[in-house]
Amino acid sequence: MSADSIWVLGIHMTKFGKHKDKDLTDLASEACLGALKDAGLTMAQMQVMACGNLMQAATGLGQQVQKQIGQYGIPVFNVANACATGATALRTVMMAIKAGEADFGLAVGVEKLSGAGLLAGGTRKETSGEWRPNGRFGAVAPLDGLVGTETMPGVFAQVGLEYEHEYGGTSAELFARISEKNHAHSTLNPLAAYQKRFTLAEITGDMMIAYPNTRPMCSANTDGAAAAVLVSGAKLATLDPDQQRRAVKISASVLTTDPYEEGCQVLPNVNTLTRNAAAVAYEQAGVSPDDLNLVELHDCFATAELVHYDNLMLCPPGGAVDFFESGAPWRDGRLPVNVSGGLQSKGHPIGATGVANVYEVATHLRGEAGPRQIEGARVGLTHVIGLGSACAIHILEKSA
Amino acid sequence: MTVPLVSYLALEPEPHLVAQECAGCGARYFDRRNACAACPGTDFRPAALETEGTVRTFSIVHMAAPGVKVPFVAAVVDCGGTRVRANLINLPADPEHVHVGMGVRLAVYSLGADDQGTEAIGFGFEPVKQED
Repeated sequence: MSADSIWVLGIHMTKFGKHKDKDLTDLASEACLGALKDAGLTMAQMQVMACGNLMQAATGLGQQVQKQIGQYGIPVFNVANACATGATALRTVMMAIKAGEADFGLAVGVEKLSGAGLLAGGTRKETSGEWRPNGRFGAVAPLDGLVGTETMPGVFAQVGLEYEHEYGGTSAELFARISEKNHAHSTLNPLAAYQKRFTLAEITGDMMIAYPNTRPMCSANTDGAAAAVLVSGAKLATLDPDQQRRAVKISASVLTTDPYEEGCQVLPNVNTLTRNAAAVAYEQAGVSPDDLNLVELHDCFATAELVHYDNLMLCPPGGAVDFFESGAPWRDGRLPVNVSGGLQSKGHPIGATGVANVYEVATHLRGEAGPRQIEGARVGLTHVIGLGSACAIHILEKSA
Repeated sequence: MTVPLVSYLALEPEPHLVAQECAGCGARYFDRRNACAACPGTDFRPAALETEGTVRTFSIVHMAAPGVKVPFVAAVVDCGGTRVRANLINLPADPEHVHVGMGVRLAVYSLGADDQGTEAIGFGFEPVKQED
């Protein structure tokens, strides 16, 4: 292992779901202690920490977690970066190690979202007694619902139908079948919030949220946390053989934002920043999409999963529908996608998501995924995207 | 007296949308600008948009915040190469009546009067081809 490489030494995620009696600190602590135990280390050995949480980003959560699991005076970076929050925490620790400021670091992401409902577009109030221009658009009334939608299901529905406009070949049923796949995968993942297989008719017949996305085609608002202990290659070389064997190499870590394009401030363009991140990640890792054995991508809505097949270059441009129709992204297909169940059934506790997908891939690369193991997995990719926008991609490789 | 829903909706002489176009690179925006996101430019000029366009993408929103009337059709309309966020109006909000690529044109409607009697004017896009 090269000295300047960076590795996942320990990783852990809580079960995603409703954790009524646990607060953010409880969940983050559970994930951190689990990751430290998995790494064979303690908090006393950590030299840097990053804590990702979106909805309570101003609370100094990293310090609160330290007060429960170990206060050793190390720097904490409390980070918030939309749905890329957890991945940003991971990348922050990576950069500290890469910069030579630390050999060991701890990244944790956590969120409590059970029962949260719609997470945007909730700003509409009763119209006041006067039409008075306000804000950057000089609007005399809240625009959500009058000028398009601010809701996530509606935004990502448009992302999916924009693909239809570009290439054709999709249908409401096709998007529902993507969701059918992920819910089927979730039945093998005991950490998923929902482990229920749905028939296609159950998915298309469920409550419509934002056409074509029905309720099971939307990510599940859940509670959960995930944490990872990272180590430099130089330090890993001094650890015992079993730690080295289970370590997972982070071959690429990339964070991008959306570059300006016509229309990108009208409807978020989630495509270009993902393509840009993927191109850099494949180059950093020296692998091609053909080398991947599994992918955990950001299926916040069924409509989003389709476009990311293309954005991550798992298929030729315009080939996402054919890729899905070939059966490739099913767990017994050529390139399994979201074998964890994805955000639609595993759940999407925003701050945790970008660490939890690394947990999933790392667990397969270690050969420790039990009944849902993708046999012989050596290389995997994780992807998250947060609107605004931020995209993070990590490529992980089994240790030699 | 009338006021437009947003400052980029011009009501005279005929209703139309006005983008702010970067004098340096031509990038178009609808919000108040500090500078251009595509080039170092800081100068902008008004650019009137075509009032007809095509639906680039849409969603039929059935769940929204309290106070938002559902279902409604949220869309992005391509007006001569400039994309606009708007609702599709004057059509049934169901997948049989809306599809990507359909031709639409700007339409305005009253949002009602405030306590001072000022009427606000909203906008959307309606199908060019009306069904019988």
